[in-house]
Amino acid sequence: MNERNERIHGVACTFRKVSDVFHAAEKVRDAGWKNWDVHTPFPIHGMDQAMGLPRSPVPRLTLLGGVTGFITGCLLTWYMNSYDYPLIVGGKPYWSVIFPFPVLYECTILFAAFGTFFGQFIFNRLPRHNHPLFDLPNFARVSDDTFMIVLEARDPQFHLDESRNFLQSLGGQEITVIRD
Amino acid sequence: MAHAHDSSSERPAILDKVRPAELPRSPLILNNRGFHWITDKVCGIVEEETPLWWKIMFGVALFVASFTFIGLGYLVSTGTGTWGLRSPVGWGWAIVNFVFWVGIGHAGTLISAILCLLRQKWRTSINRAAEAMTIFAVCCAGLFPLFHVGRVWFGWWLLPLPNQNGIWPQFRSPLEWDVFAVSTYFTVSTLFWYMGMIPDLGAIRDRATTWWRKAFYSLLAMGWRGGNRQWSNFEMAYLLLAGLSTPLVLSVHTIVSFDFAVSNVPGWHTTIFPPYFVAGAIFSGFAMVLTLMLPLRAIYRLHDVINQYHIDNMCKIILATGTMVGYAYATEFFIAAYSGNVYEKFAFVNRAFGQYWWAYWIMVSCNVITPQLFWFKKVRENHSLVWIICLFVNVGMWFERFVITCTSLANDYLPSSWGYYSPTIVDIFTFFGTFGFFSVLFLLFIRFLPLLPMAELKMVAPQADPHAH
Repeated sequence: MNERNERIHGVACTFRKVSDVFHAAEKVRDAGWKNWDVHTPFPIHGMDQAMGLPRSPVPRLTLLGGVTGFITGCLLTWYMNSYDYPLIVGGKPYWSVIFPFPVLYECTILFAAFGTFFGQFIFNRLPRHNHPLFDLPNFARVSDDTFMIVLEARDPQFHLDESRNFLQSLGGQEITVIRD
Repeated sequence: MAHAHDSSSERPAILDKVRPAELPRSPLILNNRGFHWITDKVCGIVEEETPLWWKIMFGVALFVASFTFIGLGYLVSTGTGTWGLRSPVGWGWAIVNFVFWVGIGHAGTLISAILCLLRQKWRTSINRAAEAMTIFAVCCAGLFPLFHVGRVWFGWWLLPLPNQNGIWPQFRSPLEWDVFAVSTYFTVSTLFWYMGMIPDLGAIRDRATTWWRKAFYSLLAMGWRGGNRQWSNFEMAYLLLAGLSTPLVLSVHTIVSFDFAVSNVPGWHTTIFPPYFVAGAIFSGFAMVLTLMLPLRAIYRLHDVINQYHIDNMCKIILATGTMVGYAYATEFFIAAYSGNVYEKFAFVNRAFGQYWWAYWIMVSCNVITPQLFWFKKVRENHSLVWIICLFVNVGMWFERFVITCTSLANDYLPSSWGYYSPTIVDIFTFFGTFGFFSVLFLLFIRFLPLLPMAELKMVAPQADPHAH
């Protein structure tokens, strides 16, 4: 803890095989790490459990969006066709939930989709173009065929030499220090 | 009963000898290609020097697209009378083309959303291109109703925005529902398409060598880092968008069919329209996916990722939906006869044997008879033949919309108000040009964006299983 260098973002190591990185992630989870991540070119099936991640919070914003959309659709059609400029068409009521239902339905889906789309960006803290990881020379291969475990310096367990040794014991190759 | 009890208590000896049959799954990626091969293949398409065929095709597509814009320019400067619309046929080619293009789009959403929910892994190879097709098809479709309003500069009156007349859209009208359905469809499809592309844009960014490529793809990739914490939210959002797109796509063509079904015109006023339109949309859209993907597969040598298994599956979906459409044609006739309504009966007899009989029989032969060839494995393996059959399906589905729209309006109730509709040269040019407009957008997509979803392809590769040895 005392030797913790503020200018270090963390340590990274690479893996070449999915099964290696998967089992290494389980060990990092079991060691009780909190601030760490596994960077992969594609989502690995079961990695959320291997990392001990909770369920993604994105659905909350989807629900919020959907409810907002439905209410917006109701207010929109009620205000326009019943309150501000009442219209009688086809002997239908000024407003009911039935005749504008396709509009309410589409508004619900539209706003729920916005909630989901922006929820993904909000919970992933994106867009962010200046992350220290981008300075790692071997990080570019992570979007191709390499897997990388990163232990971050802000984790209370982080200690430069010990963490490096820990990654080595997991079977990681190319262990590098990431500077902020 | 007693006998059954005896036999269940004693385990037959043969059970220890039999082994469950091995049912190998068809591999989705042939020749055991690795992750790096997939990255190279897909990124290579956007990284290579612009091929000559692309430049030629792009020039041709621009030329063809100019027909649409010249046609629309002439329409706006002269009036909608240039479109061959006159009483009693007030909805001619414009609506036919609109329904045709929207329908094409639906296969893209079926592949990206419905097959995702059904965990059909084979969808990964074709989903990106099919989603792009959806968006570009909706762009083409939107042009027609937008210009059909006549004074296109008032097109914004369709939206719930305050205007100087102090009036609002009328939400009891299916045409207004359509505005909401199609614009939501376009927006959600674009969000879904773009979000799915972010990891692949990141992969192209990481390989970029020139500064402008780096800047362009960095901007689009939003700083994607591929951390599993990001993937976890991404996958959840992707699944939710698939779940939202599924009811959306079904609702869009349902609402498009309401444009017809809510009216009182014989031949339109039927409850079968929503499911029948949705099946037809998926049918025509899959035909368009194959029309586009077979040449691309040959040009870019994608045989390992789009293999016979994918083509077989698509052919079978065309066969299934084509048969559903044929069944719907038969049901319409049966209901017309069974209803006892003379106008309804006449509408259908008139479709098959009236003044538009030729359109009706083109429709039946292309949509019901040609896809039946897909029962045969030899046909599905002959890709030139598959491509030709898909062209027939596209033609047939255009004629289906023509038959529905024009025959019903041309001969409805009073014989004194019957008429005959024919398109003008402006109609023909405008429709012809949309194929160019579509191709321009699609060619730009091929050139600058990842044609196949790399991350999803890697996910279905056998090496991606963390428990594999």
